[in-house]
Amino acid sequence: MTTATANKVKAPKKGFKLDRQMIPTLAAVVIFILMMAMGQAMFGTYLRLGFISDLFIDHAYLIILAVAMTLPILTGGIDLSVGAIVAITAVVGMKLINAGMPAIVAMIVMLLLGAVFGLLAGALIEEFNMQPFIATLSTMFLARGIASMISTDSLTFPEGNNFDFIAEKIKLIDQPKAAHDLSINLGVIIALVVVVFGYILLHHTRTGRTIYAIGGSRSSAELMGLPVKRTQYVIYLTSATLAALASIVYMANIGSAKNTVGVGWELDAIASVVIGGTIITGGFGYVLGSVLGALVRSVLDPLATSFGVPAEWTTIVIGLMILIFVVLQRAVMAVGDKK
Amino acid sequence: MTEKTPIVVMKGITIEFPGVKALDGVDLTLYPGEVHALMGENGAGKSTMIKALTGVYKINSGSIVVDGKPQQFNGTLDAQNAGIATVYQEVNLCTNLSVGENVMLGHEKRGPFGIDWKKTHEAAKIYLAQMGLEHIDPHTPLSSISIAMQQLVAIARAMVINAKVLILDEPTSSLDANEVQDLFKIMRKVRDSGVAILFVSHFLDQIYEITDRLTILRNGKFIKEVMTKDTPRDELIGMMIGKSAAELSQIGAKKARREIAPGEKPIVNVKGLGKRGTINPVDVDIYAGEVVGFAGLLGSGRTELGRLLYGADKPDSGTYELNGKKVNISDPHTALKNKIAYSTENRRDEGIIGDLSVRQNILIALQATRGMFKPIPKKEADAIVDKYMKEMNVRPADPDRPIKNLSGGNQQKVLIGRWLATHPELLILDEPTRGIDIGAKAEIQQVVLDLAAKGMGVVFISSELEEVVRLSDDIEVLKDRHKIAEIENDDTVSQATIVETIANTNVNTGKEA
Repeated sequence: MTTATANKVKAPKKGFKLDRQMIPTLAAVVIFILMMAMGQAMFGTYLRLGFISDLFIDHAYLIILAVAMTLPILTGGIDLSVGAIVAITAVVGMKLINAGMPAIVAMIVMLLLGAVFGLLAGALIEEFNMQPFIATLSTMFLARGIASMISTDSLTFPEGNNFDFIAEKIKLIDQPKAAHDLSINLGVIIALVVVVFGYILLHHTRTGRTIYAIGGSRSSAELMGLPVKRTQYVIYLTSATLAALASIVYMANIGSAKNTVGVGWELDAIASVVIGGTIITGGFGYVLGSVLGALVRSVLDPLATSFGVPAEWTTIVIGLMILIFVVLQRAVMAVGDKK
Repeated sequence: MTEKTPIVVMKGITIEFPGVKALDGVDLTLYPGEVHALMGENGAGKSTMIKALTGVYKINSGSIVVDGKPQQFNGTLDAQNAGIATVYQEVNLCTNLSVGENVMLGHEKRGPFGIDWKKTHEAAKIYLAQMGLEHIDPHTPLSSISIAMQQLVAIARAMVINAKVLILDEPTSSLDANEVQDLFKIMRKVRDSGVAILFVSHFLDQIYEITDRLTILRNGKFIKEVMTKDTPRDELIGMMIGKSAAELSQIGAKKARREIAPGEKPIVNVKGLGKRGTINPVDVDIYAGEVVGFAGLLGSGRTELGRLLYGADKPDSGTYELNGKKVNISDPHTALKNKIAYSTENRRDEGIIGDLSVRQNILIALQATRGMFKPIPKKEADAIVDKYMKEMNVRPADPDRPIKNLSGGNQQKVLIGRWLATHPELLILDEPTRGIDIGAKAEIQQVVLDLAAKGMGVVFISSELEEVVRLSDDIEVLKDRHKIAEIENDDTVSQATIVETIANTNVNTGKEA
């Protein structure tokens, strides 16, 4: 009788190593390449090393947020508080530096503050059985509110601070023209480290596997005896702490902080994750996809400027892209189900 | 065999939910190298007992001893650590992950750089091979293999945690015959390796094929522990439903059978109606004024057939004739339009709408047939509500009370009133008397007879053979998702006749076993 059941499983086709779950992520790769190619063909500046350097330097914070957002979304949850955590940690950090604190202390305080909000969200979700959407919506308002109470002014670094070393450009390739220089800064390096961290966490730790399992079916994960509750805490703690890290990188870059910074960034992060092929209901997705999603999101602004498209239109383009990606995911799932 | 040391001893297990004693002093003893079945009808407490052993429910009193050590389970992880693994009916694995990932989840092999996927997949392959699944690549997505194989994957997972006790909760309910045999082969292998298996199934043939020992529960109480080979089937059925074989043969006051006149046309005439994995093709005729009983144990397909007749599930074979005209009853809306109504066995979830009033609960189906743009005029609605509340004797006689505040029996009466308001020609009643008190039960039984006397065709589905035999004109006997007999219910027919038919008919051949 084994043969009867054996016949029902198609032997995996040789050479066909492509998982259909990867198709949306691959689509993001293709779209990113197309966007860059189009920019290069029409304006001739997009493949310049200087352009690419700026793309990464200016959007390192978004890459960090995209990695952070990937964790809750993989479980079918969401973290709406990341933008507000950027704001509160930025305002608090800037105040501390202006009060004469060493930069390193300010940074540690910022990270800890982010972690506190993450723990709060985790506790609301796990101890009070709240939906992640509602829990992080409330921590979002809380963080934004406290940031506004502390200050509504645009704060800047005092003279001679040692915080913006993170933003200092390191030239890797020095060309006669600045536009052809390849340079990075510590912020970009931090973002890349975060990406590697996210990848290892998700694919090479049991915690990561539990994240995917929760996304597949939380009740199954619990019945399998996986540490679901602890993992949920890890997820929201990590995403909030990474949001604080994004705040450090961004603040160092622009040299100022305000209570309104980061409004809507949680949505940019969600968009990056979705464009990158992670399914919003959880269970499927890749950190690298989210990074690509963040890059696609990042190229949209300069493209719009180059085309002379009003800035407002970029949001419509983002909306359309999300729509297309979700439809694409559905189509891929539908094809898979028919098999 | 008899003097083995038990691996699990559960004694005097009592579990109470608000207002209900789900288990009342139940004992269960599992021995290594044995397959043990937990037997009982719906609500007997089988799944509660399993959940006590797997740490899902906390016990109110009683003791659990596993491998000589007293245990207090505070969750599934505790039970797993004690060596108890469970495969649930609705396979609890993660369909978004691969087969190998599921087998090893939480037990991945680790190297210096976190999880070592190569070693993990190799380990998964070894465990899969033990289940006879050596042909499955651990990288295969779980969603691409059949439920039967997913179950084997779940058992492979149990081997990873080195389980001493393996619980299989209705693993066969969605498998075909070959798949069941594959599963049994693995079960025997696991059993022979010294694991105690606790098996739940509603299929009697399977129980007699695979199990060594039985524990019978009824209404949350322990009835008896017996050896399978020493227990005749009718005795087992008797213990499950609470009637001795002798009691079963006594004949109660039966309704006089309605004779079908030659040449009379049935209201409903279905041929070969079936749905794969749910019920095998069945022929049924239902005449006006006739009560047709569906008899069979839980899982026999009695409810499934009722749902097919109503279009609640979509049949994938067969023809359906209504008053001589071919119809396609593919959904409940079409059924209602064609004057077929179905009252569910699952009163709480599929029947009443708890927060709506009795009045709204009665009117809702009628309104649905009219469409949302043709509201029932208030006066007419009042009259309808009044009529059916009186006719069904709903207590308290207050139409504006939320239905959830009524007793089970009165909720049931309101539901029947709801369907009568749609003026059906065929009324399918699934377990209309389950879980309600004796008085309401008698009233509902009388309503069934009255409706038939007025010319309505009634399908009466019940797990209580006594009332099926007493009320029905014809009885369709179902077993293991097959119709195995159609009995003309005359004076020679008793509960014992049905029990013997179920016990003695082999489903696959249709002949007496």
